[in-house]
Amino acid sequence: MQKKDVGLLVLVLVVGAVVAAINPRFLSPINLANTANLIGLFGLFSVAEAFVIVTGGIELSVGSVIALLGVIFVDLIVNHDVPWPLATLIVICIGAVMGVIHGFLITRLKLQPFVVTLCGLLIYRGIARFYTADGTAGFSFGDSFPMLEWVVSGRTGGVPHSIMAFAVVAAVAWFTLHRTVFGRHLFAVGKNEEAARYAGIDSTRVIVLAYVICLVLTAVSAVFFAMYTRSIQPSSHGNFYELYGIAAAVLGGFSLRGGEGSIIGVVLGVVLLQELQNLVNLLGIPSSLNFAVMGSVILIGVIADTQIDRYRQRRRQALGLSMLNADGSGAGELGLTGGKQ
Amino acid sequence: MTVKNPIALTLSGVSKLYPGVVALEDVGLSIRGGEVVGLIGENGAGKSTLMRVLGGATAPDRGSIELDGESIAALTPAEATARGIAFVHQELNTFTNLDVAANVLLGREITRGPLGVLDRRAMARAVEPILQRVGARFGARDSAFELSLADQQLLEIARALSMDARLVILDEPTSSLTLSETQRLLEVIAQLRDEGVAILFVSHRLAEIEQVADRVIVLRDGRNAGELGRGEIEKNRMVRMMIGRDVGQFYDKRDHDAHAPVLQLRDVATSTYPDARVNLSVKAGEILGLAGLVGAGRTELALATFGIDARRGGEVLVNGVPLPPRSVAQSIAMGLCLLPENRKEHGLFLDFAVSENVTLPSLARLSRRGVVDRAAERGLAETSQQRLGIKVASLDRAVAELSGGNQQKVVLAKWLAMGPKVLILDEPTRGIDVGAKAEVYRLMQDLANAGVGILMISSDMEEVIGVSDRVAVMCNGAIAGILSSRDLTEESILRLAVG
Repeated sequence: MQKKDVGLLVLVLVVGAVVAAINPRFLSPINLANTANLIGLFGLFSVAEAFVIVTGGIELSVGSVIALLGVIFVDLIVNHDVPWPLATLIVICIGAVMGVIHGFLITRLKLQPFVVTLCGLLIYRGIARFYTADGTAGFSFGDSFPMLEWVVSGRTGGVPHSIMAFAVVAAVAWFTLHRTVFGRHLFAVGKNEEAARYAGIDSTRVIVLAYVICLVLTAVSAVFFAMYTRSIQPSSHGNFYELYGIAAAVLGGFSLRGGEGSIIGVVLGVVLLQELQNLVNLLGIPSSLNFAVMGSVILIGVIADTQIDRYRQRRRQALGLSMLNADGSGAGELGLTGGKQ
Repeated sequence: MTVKNPIALTLSGVSKLYPGVVALEDVGLSIRGGEVVGLIGENGAGKSTLMRVLGGATAPDRGSIELDGESIAALTPAEATARGIAFVHQELNTFTNLDVAANVLLGREITRGPLGVLDRRAMARAVEPILQRVGARFGARDSAFELSLADQQLLEIARALSMDARLVILDEPTSSLTLSETQRLLEVIAQLRDEGVAILFVSHRLAEIEQVADRVIVLRDGRNAGELGRGEIEKNRMVRMMIGRDVGQFYDKRDHDAHAPVLQLRDVATSTYPDARVNLSVKAGEILGLAGLVGAGRTELALATFGIDARRGGEVLVNGVPLPPRSVAQSIAMGLCLLPENRKEHGLFLDFAVSENVTLPSLARLSRRGVVDRAAERGLAETSQQRLGIKVASLDRAVAELSGGNQQKVVLAKWLAMGPKVLILDEPTRGIDVGAKAEVYRLMQDLANAGVGILMISSDMEEVIGVSDRVAVMCNGAIAGILSSRDLTEESILRLAVG
């Protein structure tokens, strides 16, 4: 665990303790389970976003993809009687294809990731609305898919399956990013793409794969969200989700310039964001301030992080100086007057 | 034009600490208007820090600065500029999207009217005389985009003079200039000195120091290692002071038994010189020097061979097997590795740990089913560190913290771990200190003795002649001739290089 992650964990615990002290309902099983469910749902696509950010890219179409794939998923099983495992597979494949297209546009046509995925955001949202003729896609009264519902939105021993899925995804993502050759290549390409090419890394393949992983995970989260809301309003479903993902990654120590970050950080970032949501609800803060609270905490977090970094550097330097002073012979040779310490 | 108020600057007892390193220890330096002082030292000797102290970018932890008879604890960049100290950096900061006048007067633009509209004509008028003073062959209204590196250097000097600089600090000003451009710059320096400007000339190129400096200050390990006056400035003497011992046999050349060719280029053309066809072969166990003027297409040839750039036809064979075009991974797998000219941008991940940099291309070998074996990775990093003598407190330190020579060793270690059959070394000793240079040469000799074929691109004549078994000379993208060690002289190479 990196030092940054520890700092974030402390922040998560402190905020949790303060909220619990003010409103004990924070620790009630119902509230914890609900928050855990939301952490699971938002965590899936936040980890997805991290894979792209580590390459120095960005994926802005996450929210729109969740809307479009959600609509397609519901349509497939409700109107076309497609078995849900097959429908899930189809949606995941569409996500993979989107990832390949994004990756292709970015690596082969050399378009900026921001532009490509911004267009994706607009295009997928538009298609989703057209697909349903701006209507709501949902399950009719009485529709029941007990197996699917149990798998995706069920609970085992009170623990929502969504957070279990998130835990598994996060563990695999951590292993991939921090322990495999591919993970090392992701960091390398993100930090210095040219040097990566000179080292024989196929940067095109690495970047395309990052977008595929991102959108496949987003597709999985689209299924979870579809079953969570059970009705999808294509003009608003998933709005701003990409920004949650980016915020979680930034909180978790990912640099938008690429090549830096840890999965533990993103996970803690997701937890903190949901904790803040919960805080707004439980402490009776007007829910309209929701985003403002989140934004302020992220800003404070990032400022604190850079300041602590600076402080550490200064202290290291001061330590070096005092050691030099303590070392009598060294000070003598230097002809130091000792005026500064 | 003469300087009205020549500078008198004395630093004494200056010390500066960085985390874990003493960059400067009790260093003194004095400089007066009308003299050129050479500042030399190996990389990591403290030259950069000392320059930063002079420019006000770094405050010394100890010591005093006396400027025009006034004692100052530390300068700020703004004070330094206001008092006539100007800095021309090694990496030029020319804004190529602006014209020359706008570059010279950047931040001090001449405006007119209440809205502050740029008065481009007045700016050009103000800049022209300064351009004449530095002997520039471009005008104030020319776009900076079209200037050569040498002209950009002059532009920076003009910028310094436009701020009434009394002391101009030149950091490695000739490192990317051609021979004639260098001569021109040295003339400008001599002329500015005659006008009463003080010049601090920082360079690794001792021949230039010999030519232009009135006095030389040598730094070693962050301390003063001595000073040489006019008659004493002589190359071997400077080298001795820089490294603190005798160089001995600097180029320890042995005759290598050359064997079968390991690298063959057949009719290779690059996109820079699509009409030239290069045929070349490097034998196992030889060091083939590749000489030529800047722009002769040597780096381009190396990149097309290695697979970074596409080839415009032709074949590259390693041990007789043709390489697929444009696949660096394939080249490496076949045993062809390239040490790039630009170490910091292409050779290293500066923020990554030393160990990560060393093991990156070897990861496939150090992993099982895609999972990195961290113990094996550690082992390789440690072995490499010992083999090359990389000086670093811990292998987890970022490469950025290392000196140039040690950084270059990291790049070399990265490729040696792959067990290469052919190494292309593009300017392997650029920007590294004398001690590290000798180590790199020794390593090259050992590799050649072990049967590795080496193609060494170098603009340093002495190095080419001292190290190579044979030398191929390039001119306009083609091989102008190949010289065997018998015919190797500076003159024979130059004659081929100029075509």
